[in-house]
Amino acid sequence: MLRSFQADLHVHTCLSPCADINMSPAAIVKRAQSLGVDILGICDHNSAENVLAAVAAARGHGLHVLPGMELTSAEEVHILALFDKPELAQALQEIVYRHLPGKNDEEIFGMQVLANADDEVLGFNQKLLIGATTLGVDEIVKNIHSLQGLAIAAHIDRESFSLISQLGFVPDNLPLDALEISPAISPEEALRRYAPALPLVQSSDAHQQDEIGRRRTVFLIEEASIAEIKKALQQQEGRRIVH
Amino acid sequence: MTLKDVVEKLGLRVMTVKAALDPELTGAYAGDLLSDVMANARPGNLWITMQTHQNVLAVAQIKDLAAIVLVNGRKPDAETLQKADQENVTVLGTDEPAFRISGQLYRLLGEP
Repeated sequence: MLRSFQADLHVHTCLSPCADINMSPAAIVKRAQSLGVDILGICDHNSAENVLAAVAAARGHGLHVLPGMELTSAEEVHILALFDKPELAQALQEIVYRHLPGKNDEEIFGMQVLANADDEVLGFNQKLLIGATTLGVDEIVKNIHSLQGLAIAAHIDRESFSLISQLGFVPDNLPLDALEISPAISPEEALRRYAPALPLVQSSDAHQQDEIGRRRTVFLIEEASIAEIKKALQQQEGRRIVH
Repeated sequence: MTLKDVVEKLGLRVMTVKAALDPELTGAYAGDLLSDVMANARPGNLWITMQTHQNVLAVAQIKDLAAIVLVNGRKPDAETLQKADQENVTVLGTDEPAFRISGQLYRLLGEP
């Protein structure tokens, strides 16, 4: 049976150097659940190392975590990848790590905290997660799809790191599943401004706790899965976005 | 000054086959953000960039730019170059960084 699911598909954990230290996987899950979020996408910059903790923290709490990542392309475009299983996000991470030069400087960019589901610090990621991969947007979308994931251009309305800021317009041969808009713009304004040929989703891009769930996409779907969300984006079998 | 003069004086590589080098340049514009180039480059400008995504071709066409100069030895993939030829966009290249090529161009072209 179809029902509505409140989704916040773009939330950072303390692994992202720019995110608040209090964004532990367990804390995020707890807060999202208290706000009535049904589907939570965990998307750290160029890494999926905290997704397992978030999935574990959500177990038995009626909240479904989609393991994901926010990749930075060679053109410095941010692309969200979302998967059904942590293994798939980790497989993408392996590809990303082979194409991600540099080492993090905590003083400048911030800490990259690896945590478990019990709010314990496991260590620190040393890669330059805030940097750009050497993968172009086309290669990134291809890799995400080969792992059965959703590929969504992040915050297209932003003046930096967005598909439109970097590449001027949505390339017509790029098979994205959706375009994301940031909390800075309303869906109505985005429709007017971009007249998008692709479905629009809106999410929080939360970097601190009080931002979680501030924008959501409501899907009318049967269950919290990539396949169902894909159907909703394509308006198949009665599935759709109800906002 | 024509595009041909600039190509010769700066030793730019001509990467497209059907390059039209006769246009008179109206100046140059440097930028890697295509949204910015679409907003601010002027027709007949030479566009200095390190962006190699295929979208550069559409921007060059929309803005009626004289040519694209890819700096730092950047090369577009074969498909992009092929498409550039189909769409009559001239793509040039140099191993110099944007600052140096911009400085040399400024000396040649002066204030727009």
